[in-house]
Amino acid sequence: MWGRSASFLLDKRLRDQRPSLSSPSSSSPDSTMDPNPNPNHGVSAYYQTRAEHHAIVSSDWLAQAQAAVDGEGDTALMERPHASVAVSLSASKPFSVIDEFNYWRKKPDLAEAVAAIMALAAVIRSCEATTMMELEIELKKASDTLKSWDTTSISLSAGCDLFMRYVTRTSAVEYEDFHAAKLRLIERGEKFGEISMKARRTIAMLGQDFIFDGCTILVHGFSRVVLEVLKLAASNRKLFRIFCTEGRPDKTGLRLSKELAALGVPVKLLIDSAVAYAMDEVDMVFVGADGVVESGGIINMMGTYQTALVAHSMNKPVYVAAESYKFARLYPLDQKDLEPALHPIDFGVPIPSGVEVETSARDYTPPQYLTLLFTDLGVLTPSVVSDELIQLYL
Amino acid sequence: MDMRRPPRTVSDPKVRQVGFVTPSVAPPTRSLSDAPTTVAAAAAALSASSPPSGEISLPGSSLSPVMIPPPRHASSDGRPSAPVAVPNPASSLRRDSLRIRVGSYNASEVVLGTPPSASPSSRTDYTASEFSEEAMSPWHGRSGTAKVASSFPGSSSEMIVMKTGVVGGGGAGSTPKSPLTTASVVKTLPGISEKEREVLMGTQNDGAGASKTLKEKTTKAERRALQEAQRAAKAAAKEAGAGVKPSAASGSAVAANTKQGKVVKPPPQKKDGPQIAPPSGTSEKKVVDRPPEKDRKKDVPAPRMQFDDKHRVEKAKRRAVVNQFEAKNRVELFRHLPQYIHGTQLPDLEGKFFQLDPMHPSVYKVGLQYLSGKISGGNARCIAMLLAFREAIRDYSTPPEKALVRDLTAKISSFVSFLIECRPLSISMGNAIKFLKNRIAKLPDAMSESEAKSSLQSDIDRFISEKIVIADKVIIRHAVTKIRDGDVLLTYGLSSVVEMILVYAHEVGKQFRVVIVDSRPKLEGQVLLHRLVAKGLNCTYTHINAISYIMHEVTRVFLGAASVLSNGTVYSRVGTACVAMVANAFRVPVLICCEAYKFHERVQLDSICSNELGDPDAISKVSGRKDLNHLDNWADNENLQLLNLSYDATPSDYVSMIITDYGMLPPSSVPVIVREYRRENLWI
Repeated sequence: MWGRSASFLLDKRLRDQRPSLSSPSSSSPDSTMDPNPNPNHGVSAYYQTRAEHHAIVSSDWLAQAQAAVDGEGDTALMERPHASVAVSLSASKPFSVIDEFNYWRKKPDLAEAVAAIMALAAVIRSCEATTMMELEIELKKASDTLKSWDTTSISLSAGCDLFMRYVTRTSAVEYEDFHAAKLRLIERGEKFGEISMKARRTIAMLGQDFIFDGCTILVHGFSRVVLEVLKLAASNRKLFRIFCTEGRPDKTGLRLSKELAALGVPVKLLIDSAVAYAMDEVDMVFVGADGVVESGGIINMMGTYQTALVAHSMNKPVYVAAESYKFARLYPLDQKDLEPALHPIDFGVPIPSGVEVETSARDYTPPQYLTLLFTDLGVLTPSVVSDELIQLYL
Repeated sequence: MDMRRPPRTVSDPKVRQVGFVTPSVAPPTRSLSDAPTTVAAAAAALSASSPPSGEISLPGSSLSPVMIPPPRHASSDGRPSAPVAVPNPASSLRRDSLRIRVGSYNASEVVLGTPPSASPSSRTDYTASEFSEEAMSPWHGRSGTAKVASSFPGSSSEMIVMKTGVVGGGGAGSTPKSPLTTASVVKTLPGISEKEREVLMGTQNDGAGASKTLKEKTTKAERRALQEAQRAAKAAAKEAGAGVKPSAASGSAVAANTKQGKVVKPPPQKKDGPQIAPPSGTSEKKVVDRPPEKDRKKDVPAPRMQFDDKHRVEKAKRRAVVNQFEAKNRVELFRHLPQYIHGTQLPDLEGKFFQLDPMHPSVYKVGLQYLSGKISGGNARCIAMLLAFREAIRDYSTPPEKALVRDLTAKISSFVSFLIECRPLSISMGNAIKFLKNRIAKLPDAMSESEAKSSLQSDIDRFISEKIVIADKVIIRHAVTKIRDGDVLLTYGLSSVVEMILVYAHEVGKQFRVVIVDSRPKLEGQVLLHRLVAKGLNCTYTHINAISYIMHEVTRVFLGAASVLSNGTVYSRVGTACVAMVANAFRVPVLICCEAYKFHERVQLDSICSNELGDPDAISKVSGRKDLNHLDNWADNENLQLLNLSYDATPSDYVSMIITDYGMLPPSSVPVIVREYRRENLWI
């Protein structure tokens, strides 16, 4: 297929253009409010956040995580007003979504999208608008700000969009009294936040049924949802074995294996290129997702596609655990059809001059290679994703 | 996360119903679709049956649409005379249908004096006057006119018989005790003797033909036969003992019969079904099945007119306005589709204008344009039709002592059947007609005529602008996001939406190249090529023969569609499937651009059942090549058949994405759109 060389050149051109394209767009919203210094250069903000959250596990992190898991909904909701008060007290400067978002984002157990959802809920609360329209515009502005904060994160923008749909598509508009309507919106916003927070536990409940005694599971990448599923299965005394891929470049597999070993689950580490070698022994493949797209495919860490391809060719089921706020109205046709999220790779040795490095951090896995999706809406086949999105957006 | 479907939050999240959920109604069964299963029995019965009378020999009346038509010897001459058939042992299908009529329709035909038409399955065709349901069935629409004009002497009585037939047949589909199920039982029982089968066949046929008028008309011999059969059944039931419930109707009788062995053979020409089917079965059927039957009639699309069914073709021809000559030497597999010699009917039809008084001139004009091929393409045809109807509605005035709602519907129906005669409807047109009829039916009674007319006209305008014009704009907006700089886009034939997409993308400043793939005989791609080159796009033109060569350099394939069916199958200009398959093999994404009003809930697995045949001469003659004259007198050669198909079905596996006015969807989501928005689409 020599004809493909055209697209190869195209990639290069795109890559060259990107800085010039992205910098105006990211700085334009309001540079004063943007705490994210370089949203697109070198490394995607999404992966920065993940790196922060996923750094080597310390005991205090575990304690914190434990606390968050135990009292997730309640403590979060109790803390929240305090936080917004703190924000509004600490400086009389106007309320900033980004501050709020960063506050939530700092919590290691909260997904970025949930943080955004909580931040948006806070926007409604602190909004001084006096009409519905004004409120909606304000909300829209806030969500746009959040989205532009990190254009590479699919779940962030999907979460914002879903929140907007969920909150604004109510009968609240019919309320005559604005305050009543606003209260209703706040209520819905918080409800949505709560649902999103509980999503992981729901998925764990649904997903652990698929793990049977004596099975071997291949896990690619570090996903908190997948970990939750495995944790629950382990705590239900299921006996299973995990194969962890190494997860270059950020070694996510190492981290996952550490967590699982702590739970007493037998783990074996593989290098990423050993997937096909090990697939014979594997009974099922578990992956998380950065985003679930309209075709029912997933966007996930680099290497998911090849893992799924190998599994598919050996007739092993591929299960995806993903919260429903990751459902995005995107429809990539191929790998190049994605907004690339870049991630620098450390090869340990200096790279020879003139050699290019593929730094994209994620790939797209088409739906035909996935078996089932575990979501908080239930266990779905890939084709239902589009159904859900249609229900939601149209 | 959902606001649309509140009940779902209540339900268990693990169990979710996706796709079509029919509320407890049994899946629609065509009443005689399992007829072929009884072929063996029919063959046995035939030898014992009374000598075939004239009407019996009419072939193939109960063919279900997918059946392979009977061999050519009977119909190859194209003249639908009804030859007295010495039943061909090879064509079991025909024998089957024949047998059925022996059992069920002899009496009714004698009594009512209706022309011997068909078995119940094909008769249902006439009840379902909503032919827009059956968009592609060309003759079907005459029902409207038939009703209005009542030119058909036996039509009303025929209706009655047909209704009872439907009751019997329809009941058979759902209740296990009904006679038709016995037919399938027969098939499953391995050791049953031929004669017993015959008995069963008798019960089946009688059930289907049961009508009150028939009851009194039994002759003595028949009564005796009946009694004997009953006795046999009773004895069989006894022998079967406690294991089989005696009230289990014919089903149990069948089981018993197998054990008993030889049963008294009733003369096959008995006509009095109701009694022979055990009484509980019949009565129950009558009581229980009436209400669902009504629903079913609405739900189940009537079987399409099968053009290998000579009798019905003949009948339809008598009513036809347009005299079209059927083409000779039709291809076996496609004999159920209408095919005409083109070009002969136009002057004839033009001359007939003043005889067709109810036809509005604008409709007439559109019909002629369809006929001559001046208007083609799904959207263009649909818009032309709607505008013609709009004009007709504007000029319409309700005749005295008639209701606008009914009269106008009938009028539209007659227009539509005229258009069908000119060219079979497209699915888009069918949907638009359904929309219009819905609007007419939904007119409030209190509305005055002028108000109603203006409201209908504005509805039509709205349909055109919302469902076609604006939908196209939305599709263009979506599609452009999938075009990147440096892309090589391939398109096939001429699709109005794809053309708009390409032009818009060029206007927006995307840098891309277009490959236009074309095919004989229409060469529509040249039109597209001409327009795009005039706009300054960089184009490559090739024929479909070179598709595998050119696909190497292509990065996206954009295709239009005549319709998208609910299993994701794309129904489009013939050749589309080929392009999509090659693209899929080369891992090039295939994007189908189609407005949502063209979606249809039907499922189609191949391009055979429903299609359109073009002029065979178009493929035999190559313009500008006088030396290629090998096929000049092809029609004289019995062994040569030419096939010029118009459409084909692309399986959803080859489609990466469908771009509609509801966004970009995977083909698996078509049923979702159909389910969620169909009502909205048609009723607005």
